[in-house]
Amino acid sequence: MNAVSALGELLVLFGVFFYFLSALGLIRMPDVYNRMQTATKSATLGSLGVIIGTGIWAVGKGLYWGWITKSIVIAVFILLTNPISAHALIRGAYKSGIPLWKGSVVDRYREALKEKEGGEE
Amino acid sequence: MIGINIYLALIAIATLMSFYRVFRGPTTVDRLVAVDIMTTITTGLMVLFALYYRRMIFLDVALVYAVLAFLGVIAFARYLEGGI
Amino acid sequence: MGEAGKISRYLYTVIVLFIIWLFLTSSLDVQELEIGFVMSLIVAAFSYELFTTNGLRNLHPKRIAYAAAYIPYFLWAMIMANLDVAYRVLHPKRPINPGIVECKTVLKSDVGKLSLANSITLTPGTITLDVMGDRYFIHWIDVKDSTVEGASENITRPFEKFLKVIFG
Repeated sequence: MNAVSALGELLVLFGVFFYFLSALGLIRMPDVYNRMQTATKSATLGSLGVIIGTGIWAVGKGLYWGWITKSIVIAVFILLTNPISAHALIRGAYKSGIPLWKGSVVDRYREALKEKEGGEE
Repeated sequence: MIGINIYLALIAIATLMSFYRVFRGPTTVDRLVAVDIMTTITTGLMVLFALYYRRMIFLDVALVYAVLAFLGVIAFARYLEGGI
Repeated sequence: MGEAGKISRYLYTVIVLFIIWLFLTSSLDVQELEIGFVMSLIVAAFSYELFTTNGLRNLHPKRIAYAAAYIPYFLWAMIMANLDVAYRVLHPKRPINPGIVECKTVLKSDVGKLSLANSITLTPGTITLDVMGDRYFIHWIDVKDSTVEGASENITRPFEKFLKVIFG
């Protein structure tokens, strides 16, 4: 067990912890919007940890150095696309008429949409 | 430290936990969010499997899986907005 | 800021595609490099019009330096955001106070707006819900200030000072 693979394994452990956190957030939170908040962020950071950690771990085990560049490609792809799918989903949720949680304090988007409709008429 | 099998088992348990929301979720969007998280977690699982079998070609499988999952979620979100 | 010339945009596309090729094949074999270079030339000829509007201006040293400084800052903000989320999920009473607020941005370019929206989504308790021109609608898990100025001060300012230089 050398230092490089120990670092990789530590990153994997870190990522697995955040995976659990995201699954737990999915179960515990009260409505769609808050679930998305907790789940998306933790899952993205967890993926970064697990995937880059795996690349480093493989290099530490004496495998080909291409592991790390390829795992960086996958990690960057996930980092770029996950927020976009979260944004598309939350917009679809709002447009399909799911109400905010009863404890929400402010909703500026509804005001802006009304304003826009009023302007067009 | 801990073996790679343990990490694989832990990630599989996290996937099952998010499957609970797919099963229970009161609305369609709840289920879709849970599926999105499941695919993200499964990508990590595939990368770890590549290390388990020591085959670099499996990393390409994970990359293609990530691309397809992203496209699928975007298509469903467009459908929810009524724009498809 | 107007569009750059065709040649500058084409060269920029070739450089970016070649770097992606290098990362994907992860080999420095001469044959691989040759075929990758030829493929980048061909693909860039079809796609440069969609790919970029700024061309080689994106590779200005000041922009690259700011981008390099932005990555660790962003990763740090992301880790802090996740610890915050961890606190909210694991706390037995679920201390949340959600709502949708509005923010203004000073960024002009589309790529800059996209990166700002992505950065907002990944950092403390906020998800971008919709963008109309320069108005961002953001779902915030813990609303501290529901006015437009206060929310902009809290959410978008820290990223804008980097992204303003990187994307213009």
